[in-house]
Amino acid sequence: MTTAPAKAGWRFRQPSVIPGFGLTLGFSLAYLTLIILIPLSGLIWRSAALGWTDFWAIVTDRRTINALEISFGTAFIAAAVNVVFGTIVAWVLVRYSFPGRRIVDAMVDLPFALPTAVAGIALTTLYAPNGWIGSLLTPLGIKVAYTPLGIVIALIFIGLPFVVRTVQPIMEEIDKEVEEVAATLGANRFQIISRVLLPGLAPAIVTGFALAFARGVGEYGSVIFIAGNLPYKSEIAPLLIVIRLEEYNYAAATAIAAIMLALSFVMLLVINLVQTWSRKRYG
Amino acid sequence: MADPEIKSYAPHHESQSPAVTESRTARTVLMIVTFAFLGIFLLLPLIIVFKEAFAKGIEAYTQALSEPDTRSAIRLTLLVAAISVPLNVVFGISAAWAIAKFEFKGKAFLTTLIDLPFSVSPVISGLVYVLLFGAQGLLGAWLKAHGIVILFAVPGIVLATIFVTFPFVARELIPLMQEQGNGDEEAALSLGANGWQAFWYVTLPNVKWGLLYGVLLCNARAMGEFGAVSVVSGHIRGLTNTMPLHVEILYNEYNAAAAFAVASLLAGLALVTLVLKTLLEMRYGAEIAATRGH
Repeated sequence: MTTAPAKAGWRFRQPSVIPGFGLTLGFSLAYLTLIILIPLSGLIWRSAALGWTDFWAIVTDRRTINALEISFGTAFIAAAVNVVFGTIVAWVLVRYSFPGRRIVDAMVDLPFALPTAVAGIALTTLYAPNGWIGSLLTPLGIKVAYTPLGIVIALIFIGLPFVVRTVQPIMEEIDKEVEEVAATLGANRFQIISRVLLPGLAPAIVTGFALAFARGVGEYGSVIFIAGNLPYKSEIAPLLIVIRLEEYNYAAATAIAAIMLALSFVMLLVINLVQTWSRKRYG
Repeated sequence: MADPEIKSYAPHHESQSPAVTESRTARTVLMIVTFAFLGIFLLLPLIIVFKEAFAKGIEAYTQALSEPDTRSAIRLTLLVAAISVPLNVVFGISAAWAIAKFEFKGKAFLTTLIDLPFSVSPVISGLVYVLLFGAQGLLGAWLKAHGIVILFAVPGIVLATIFVTFPFVARELIPLMQEQGNGDEEAALSLGANGWQAFWYVTLPNVKWGLLYGVLLCNARAMGEFGAVSVVSGHIRGLTNTMPLHVEILYNEYNAAAAFAVASLLAGLALVTLVLKTLLEMRYGAEIAATRGH
């Protein structure tokens, strides 16, 4: 018998009869390091090498600030719209039965599957002043294509499945008995939805919002066609990175990318905190 | 999950009592909102792609697709997917084996790192390679001295594609293999199988539908990626132009019919992906991990 130590002590991994740990972990780590970690740390290294004054000058440049505001602002609005409509769509898909439900359900994933450039030119054609939707809105004085509103439209398209697919599985798990109990106790349908159902769904809705928002901030392909790309007005941060790169201004491109990553990181952190809070509150 | 015996005398949910559903009016309104929203935001863009593609007739459509530049864009897209998807499959299987079959320190952190590319803007995914391999990049001078071309060439496009599609297979397989546990493999090993045999004859058949699901999503993104590839490609027509980039070039040249013709191929790919994905979920839902979506 081997002398098993009474106290196991620190151990990198639990013993197992299954082979291949070294090989698979080693390969995974090597691949991850080569493809993701080294390139990403190159970005951090380059922006650190810029020095504080240069970095600050680029980041506080009017055009950079405007681009960041537009990216984060439009992504926020689009994610908020998706929270409302995505939750309704998820509810209808989970609770109501109607012919073609399966097809509608599958359609929700279209933005995941459709290349962003295709979505971009399709939405632009629809919302251009002479397009199917644009021609209806122009008489009302609403301009969508080539304005920040166009960016919001593209980001609603991109973000929709994130909300639906996060909220839907939680809705499927809701026990209808909870609703029945609430109804027995005299709650009306509106009270049940707002006081019983929505609080339980809140963490999933926040997660869906966060995913849609994060994706919207970084989105490029679907936006650049419809945005018009006017500096200070409808130029998103990822596009500004591309413009700086095309000017061989690596320093500026790097600084904008670094600040975007940092802002997204802070945002995800905040949303994580909100989620923990809402889980604790509504568990 | 729920005990079937208990279920049999639980109240029957399908009989919609007014307490657990909305009024008829509310339901109608919610259905109309859903159909209108999905119709405007999902269906119309899809319809317009095919409508514009055939706006000048079938002949113009086939002619646009037989252009030499279009042909080479299609070939390049297929080539890039044929390299990057298998590499990510090997990584995904390897990472899932390490993470799902073993308990080790730092596992949660590793899982988070694998998801990292999803939270990085595609443009930044391309930028990091420009900073590494570009003329002013960290390795730029060394690469030039040795005559190795990565940026504005196929290797750069492949690398950027691998970056953005990195998590797809792994994140599909990890929860699935975790759910299945180690019992089957341990049985195979105790019956005398070696590690490879246990993987090949036990694990792989157990996860094949989940793997296919991951490959499907990975491939759709690999063929459709725009931002990351756009930054590293250099947009050289006939050489480093993938299909999504070619769509952009044609569109910016006011050749909308040709742009939409190429776009219709990509939209067709998306539809095929969705159909296969739905079929997989319907037939093998239990054998695909509970993590749906992206």
